[in-house]
Amino acid sequence: MGAIEFKGKTFGVDEDGFIDSFDNWCTEWVDYVKDSEGIPELNEEHWKVIHVLQDYYRKHGIAPMVRILTKVTGYKLKYIYELFPSGPGKGACKMAGLPKPTGCV
Amino acid sequence: MANVPKPDQLAKIDHRPPQQGWMETPVEFKPGNYLYACKPHNLEILGLPNPREWRPEEDDWKLPANWQEILLDGMKERLEKFRSFKLFMDICVRCGACADKCHFFIGTGDPKNMPVLRAELLRSVYRGNFTTFGRMFKKYSGGRELTEKVLKEWFYYLFQCSECRRCSVFCPYGIDTAEVTIIGRELLNLIGCNVDWVAAPAANCFRTGNHLGIQPHAFKDMMDFFVDEIEEVTGVRVEPSLNRKGAEILFVTPSGDVFADPGTYTLMGYLMLFHEIGLDYTWSTYASEGGNFGFFTSHETMKRLNAKMYAEAKRLGVKYIIGGECGHMWRVINQYMETMNGPADFLEVPKSPITGTVFDNASATKMIHIVEFTADLIKHGKLKLDPSRNDKLRVTYHDSCNPARGMGLLEEPRYVIKNVCNNFFEMPENTIRERTFCCGSGAGLNAGEYLEMRMRGGLPRANAVKHVHDKHGVNMLSCICAIDRAVLPALMDYWVPDVGVTGVHELVGNALVMEGEKQRTTDLRSEPLPGFEEEDDEDL
Repeated sequence: MGAIEFKGKTFGVDEDGFIDSFDNWCTEWVDYVKDSEGIPELNEEHWKVIHVLQDYYRKHGIAPMVRILTKVTGYKLKYIYELFPSGPGKGACKMAGLPKPTGCV
Repeated sequence: MANVPKPDQLAKIDHRPPQQGWMETPVEFKPGNYLYACKPHNLEILGLPNPREWRPEEDDWKLPANWQEILLDGMKERLEKFRSFKLFMDICVRCGACADKCHFFIGTGDPKNMPVLRAELLRSVYRGNFTTFGRMFKKYSGGRELTEKVLKEWFYYLFQCSECRRCSVFCPYGIDTAEVTIIGRELLNLIGCNVDWVAAPAANCFRTGNHLGIQPHAFKDMMDFFVDEIEEVTGVRVEPSLNRKGAEILFVTPSGDVFADPGTYTLMGYLMLFHEIGLDYTWSTYASEGGNFGFFTSHETMKRLNAKMYAEAKRLGVKYIIGGECGHMWRVINQYMETMNGPADFLEVPKSPITGTVFDNASATKMIHIVEFTADLIKHGKLKLDPSRNDKLRVTYHDSCNPARGMGLLEEPRYVIKNVCNNFFEMPENTIRERTFCCGSGAGLNAGEYLEMRMRGGLPRANAVKHVHDKHGVNMLSCICAIDRAVLPALMDYWVPDVGVTGVHELVGNALVMEGEKQRTTDLRSEPLPGFEEEDDEDL
């Protein structure tokens, strides 16, 4: 488990830079991932995706499947890639503090 | 995560062996060629030894002080317990028939990916420690000591084998190198040297019922979503039940189908089919996983995960189990279940309630594959099908390794596909049926950090797809395994862009004419059917 220091905070991260626990998520983490993902400025649409992911995760203990994410936000997958260049998993879920899914995925 | 070289770079593969001998060639852990180490909490959940933080690329693997003793004792125990292992250690004559049959050898050019040499990694230690000749003459008899260098070699190459068993088809002695890999990985687990992409799903499955860790309420939420989606496409509202006691049949499929595209469309196909024939069946949120990542860990872990399906079948009082389009589940069921968790004498020999067909082939396991079930329905004319709905697809079929080589399911998928699609084309014969090439990511190798090696291992499969893509315009690769559905899209994007990936029951769902359905204008992916293109031309 590696550690990242950013704006006075320390985050534990895995090999792919995902945060060690959703409980340690905070807005500084979003700023950190934003910079590393090369997103200049977050707009309302970015935040909408982040909030949908987090709400679903709080309720269900897992990220929503991509099809639920696109349906609930109303954004097509292509547009989510425009918002988060690394995609819904490696970009948006990472920023929202969710863990990576495992198994036959 | 490592960057993957471009296809034209990766395709330059040097098959010449290194100058020095194989025992003198150490492994080098580089980003993209190894999998991340198992996290301690996942080993703790499974009760496996030596949970700790470690990294394969670091020198110190934080091994127990007596790790050699543990491994050699473990090897001795398994030589006595598994006659197959003892036989495979003794019998190889190094004829070389297997040498060029492994997709990882073809894609890497690394001689230690020749099945004969992969097995030799263990065999040399066996010879050096357990045979009189080997103990006396060590290196001159091909034996060697178990050093840390050897251990690292085991880890590197045993997780560069997808246990697909293509090599065993060509071995004149029938040596099953996957069995050697399985024992090798089991030994590594004795000292806590697993990869997290195997340990995490196995721990999730043990704890919550499936590899993804989907809890019961989330599982229900996902099913509800599919029910809505099916209604949007067909106008028919299906009503699946969960954990229903007294149902005739329990249905189990990989959790990948519940969560990840394109498997989710295949799952919609299952739901539609079962609704249409009025099957008295239930899903389970406890036995909510077909796949078995325990199989990639140890016999004991495999057994514990497999037991859940049968425990649930017993609890619910069903007559038998239908399994979905899963890969490794079927190897576990057909080759280990009976002596491992069996006998399943509280269940009945599967009999189709629609056609009356008795599946004697499943008289021991009490579990049939959905593709044989569907093939039987079609054979008896029980389904109304409109294959023209799949007319924009030019389909080929990837024999998923385990249903093909592990249970001999070769004709049924083809029969189903040909009845639901008008355009079907086979790949070259040395790449299909029992000689099928692996997707390159089976046996728990389908992690993101391993992409370069996966693209190498998948090259022979992709090459065969490219052949039919160029020759016949094939644009859809069908398969019956959830790992396939997860990894083949990336493989196609990399080597053969413009070819999509589907499960067989997605094709069935598209072609299935349902009672009371509205006029369908889209397929299950909400893309327009042939003749309705003008209504919606935007891609998701």
